[in-house]
Amino acid sequence: MKVLVPVKRVLDYNVKPRVKADGTGIDLANVKMSMNPFDEIAVEEAIRLKEKGVTEIVVVSIGEPKSQETLRTALAMGADRAILVTSETKVEPLGVAKILAKIVEEEKPDLVILGKQAIDDDNNQTGQMLAGLLGWGQGTFASKVEIADGSVNVTREVDGGAETDTLKLPAIITTDLRLNEPRYASLPNIMKAKSKPLAQKTPADFGVDVTPRLTTLKVVEPAKRTAGIKIADVDALVDKLKSMGVAK
Amino acid sequence: MKTLVWVEHDGTAVKDATLSAVTAASKLGEVHLLVAGQGVDAVAAEAAKIAGVGKVHVADDAAFAHALAENVAPLVAELMGHHDAFVAPSTTNGKNIAPRVAALLDVMQISDILSVESEDTFTRPIYAGNAIATVQSSDAKKVITVRGTAFDKAATEGGSGEIAAVASTGDAGLSTFAGAEIAKNERPELTSAKIIVSGGRALGSGDKFHELIDPLADKLGAGVGASRAAVDAGYAPNDYQVGQTGKIVAPEVYVAVGISGAIQHLAGMKDSKTIIAINKDEDAPIFQVADIGLVGDLFKIVPELTEKL
Repeated sequence: MKVLVPVKRVLDYNVKPRVKADGTGIDLANVKMSMNPFDEIAVEEAIRLKEKGVTEIVVVSIGEPKSQETLRTALAMGADRAILVTSETKVEPLGVAKILAKIVEEEKPDLVILGKQAIDDDNNQTGQMLAGLLGWGQGTFASKVEIADGSVNVTREVDGGAETDTLKLPAIITTDLRLNEPRYASLPNIMKAKSKPLAQKTPADFGVDVTPRLTTLKVVEPAKRTAGIKIADVDALVDKLKSMGVAK
Repeated sequence: MKTLVWVEHDGTAVKDATLSAVTAASKLGEVHLLVAGQGVDAVAAEAAKIAGVGKVHVADDAAFAHALAENVAPLVAELMGHHDAFVAPSTTNGKNIAPRVAALLDVMQISDILSVESEDTFTRPIYAGNAIATVQSSDAKKVITVRGTAFDKAATEGGSGEIAAVASTGDAGLSTFAGAEIAKNERPELTSAKIIVSGGRALGSGDKFHELIDPLADKLGAGVGASRAAVDAGYAPNDYQVGQTGKIVAPEVYVAVGISGAIQHLAGMKDSKTIIAINKDEDAPIFQVADIGLVGDLFKIVPELTEKL
């Protein structure tokens, strides 16, 4: 059984994003970039499945050449080989899903595990789009994955609780935070990852048109909240709540 | 523009998230609704009364009973033959279904919109709400999910939509619903609560969480939320989580108890009208967004506050 895991290079989740003064986007010059946290969970899940009988894990990243570092991280965690699809321009989820669909045709994985959303664009689309393009079942927001014979049981975090769906294989899974705790790559594994295979491609190799459908007209900072006040004690808070009408 | 809105329901009643989506859709033009499910006559009747609604398309079939995206997306794609936009609330169902529809229609989805600037231009949050992007779509058909807290709810009375049955597109045979564990909660639903009391890791244990947060919430008639740290530590169930990866809320009053205020948490609640923070660390980032801050020991403050209310 083969698993494909797409990963994305994003601004590190601990870094506070700064909006560029000209309103064209977020300033990404000289800031720490990392693997999208949900994708780390996806890689981890694939590795855990490998410990239970998956034979190969292929990781894919689509984006700037530096995404190679993100792929090396995934290889160091335990993935077997990597595919880097380099694009100078930003590729939207629809374009990413179309490229991934082509890679799926070539690689024929039984399972594709993606993060539920990337923490930069917060779109939460790519996995669902890929499932739609392939005509496969989708187990989104997964908190538990169990492979059965020819199918996979996915417990999903939904509004109000959890839901379990059974999907026919091959299928798409997108990870939620509580699926697992990703491992750290050890130094020997980081060294080993350098010699693992990494194929370089471009969107044109797959015949996919990645022209954006959405144009970002501007990016601004959200409205700032006005400075609040500190109060001295509970009595003052009770008075405040009463004056707001939320307490009698 | 003729817009099709996904009606979020629990099989018996229309959920509030739908009403915000209707308001957003009405800014695009004519509003039609889609009620998909099994035995949903009551839901359809309720949906038809929502103010400003035109046709209510009802797809009643076992294949739609659990809103599985594999079965619902082809149904929506078919209906999109005579609609210009598909609008879904940013519920887990909406987020699950809409991108699959977008792929079937070969269009880019616009996720989690905060405003409708024109028929093709919308604003949406990126980077955990640290920036707001204005995006313009060049696609002929639009697929949109709507952040509920950004739009007023449409009135539940006054409409007279025409109910029309839609032929089922059947079961795609890709997935089956195996079961659900829905948490019992008698308090107001988080995403529509007027007041929310939320607890963080500083509470120290699940017992303390319930001992301190629950009575205060009950005194205020509030919903109960939690930070990711509190959920990860097992103090509260997953669906309590407020933040970038949990629920986005914007109540009248948000009381953050023992929550430091990480970026990811603020992403879920910083549009609340009034934020009250109770924390012993006066440098905690939560105080930078709080309207009213009280520095002190929550184990003393919360019981005293509950007592005095």
